[in-house]
Amino acid sequence: MALILTSPGWPEVREKFFDVDEFRDTFPDIARAFWLDIRVFCIVEVAVLVLGLVVALVRTIEAPALFPLRLLAIVYTDLFRGIPVILLVYLVGFGIPALDLSGLPTEPVVLGGIALALSYTAYVSEVYRAGLRSVHRGQRDAALAIGLTERQAMRHVILPQAVRRVGPPLLNDFIALQKDVALIAIIGVAGEAFRVAQIDAAADFNYTPLIGAALLYLAVTIPLARLLERWAPGYSGRTVA
Amino acid sequence: MAAPVLEIRGVTKAFGDLDVLRGIDLEIAEHEAVAVIGASGSGKSTLLRCIDLLEQIDDGDIFLDGEVITDPSVDAPDVRRRLALVFQAYNLFPHLSVLDNVTLGIVRAQGVERAAAQETARSLLARFGLAGREGDDPDRLSGGQQQRVALARAFAAHPRAMLLDEVTSALDPELVGEVLAAVRDLKEAGVTMLIATHEMGFAREVADRVGFLHEGRLVELGPPEQVLEAPERPETQRFLRRLLEAGRA
Repeated sequence: MALILTSPGWPEVREKFFDVDEFRDTFPDIARAFWLDIRVFCIVEVAVLVLGLVVALVRTIEAPALFPLRLLAIVYTDLFRGIPVILLVYLVGFGIPALDLSGLPTEPVVLGGIALALSYTAYVSEVYRAGLRSVHRGQRDAALAIGLTERQAMRHVILPQAVRRVGPPLLNDFIALQKDVALIAIIGVAGEAFRVAQIDAAADFNYTPLIGAALLYLAVTIPLARLLERWAPGYSGRTVA
Repeated sequence: MAAPVLEIRGVTKAFGDLDVLRGIDLEIAEHEAVAVIGASGSGKSTLLRCIDLLEQIDDGDIFLDGEVITDPSVDAPDVRRRLALVFQAYNLFPHLSVLDNVTLGIVRAQGVERAAAQETARSLLARFGLAGREGDDPDRLSGGQQQRVALARAFAAHPRAMLLDEVTSALDPELVGEVLAAVRDLKEAGVTMLIATHEMGFAREVADRVGFLHEGRLVELGPPEQVLEAPERPETQRFLRRLLEAGRA
């Protein structure tokens, strides 16, 4: 910290990045724009939680009849986990409208949300899958032994334990997603917090608005991180067999 | 004579190249308790798992109340609802309370109404000395208590036969007695049982017949006093002698 404050460039950095007047002028706009980030995050997160579980279940269920679906799920996960999110946002954001097909969305914010959902579903499905695999086989045996069907055993015995175990890693992905919502700015989503901060910064070459945007992201990600810590100690000790 | 509750005919089972069951024949009559003894790896657990359809047999047939249950067309959950397997490692559901562990099967698999299921579960838990523990997480209980919950869970649906797989093997010696008392209680209630066990004293006391399983074959089967006191087969004699030397018989 002392090194930064005594550096030769610090007075200029302070002026360009930590200008109180600039902050006061631009922060309300950025905060309003951040509401869009929050909405995109919430909608994409719900989609990711549901779709990720579906992909994980398809990959976990061993029925031979489901082999084609399982193969599809593997290809999907490999593909979308392997492409950088920023690239995917570009590909979906500009690629889908270029197809010029009727019925497909053309709104940048929707396309950006789809790109984020595609990428994060691939990640989250693997988190779920790890959770499902971590439940001891004896639990499935015991569930079947009391007369439950495979589906009931999954629903009432395996899934609740798996979800409880993957809570902390899932929350970790929530935090990453919340930050990556900023990426939709690159395909021209107007009114997104990072985009608004960029425009404000470009107007007078003062970067204080970006600090304002950073603070808004931290206001969400830090509480999420604390929540994760509270969750983490409780989830591991409940397993018996 | 009434048809046996369980009838096992020529059952074989291999895992890869390893022949675990090499032709098992066994009948268990109503209200009868049969104990199967044998060294670790002799196939006791596999036999019970095959009967509960958790493993698929390679050859032979298993009948429950005269109906073949090992045919691929048979509805496995329906068969398992009429049987009850209790595991060595209890396998209680850690995310459910003690009470919910017992009610889950009778509500979801047997279709019993929740209030009635809870009533049944409470009275069973009390019968096995677990009154007042209904709301606890299973991991707050001792091993002996957990195994008694597992017995209550298995018995809750009034199965036609109970399959007990080494139910005391994972327990500290001082906790074995309380679980055996619960099994004795079930035997006195007339429950038909097939028991895989290492506890020779228990087999002698509870079982009507004892079978000795050796390398996947039931080489000796008869009343406990005969199989355990005066075994005819050299394999049984060797096994019992080794147990005696280890102080476990």
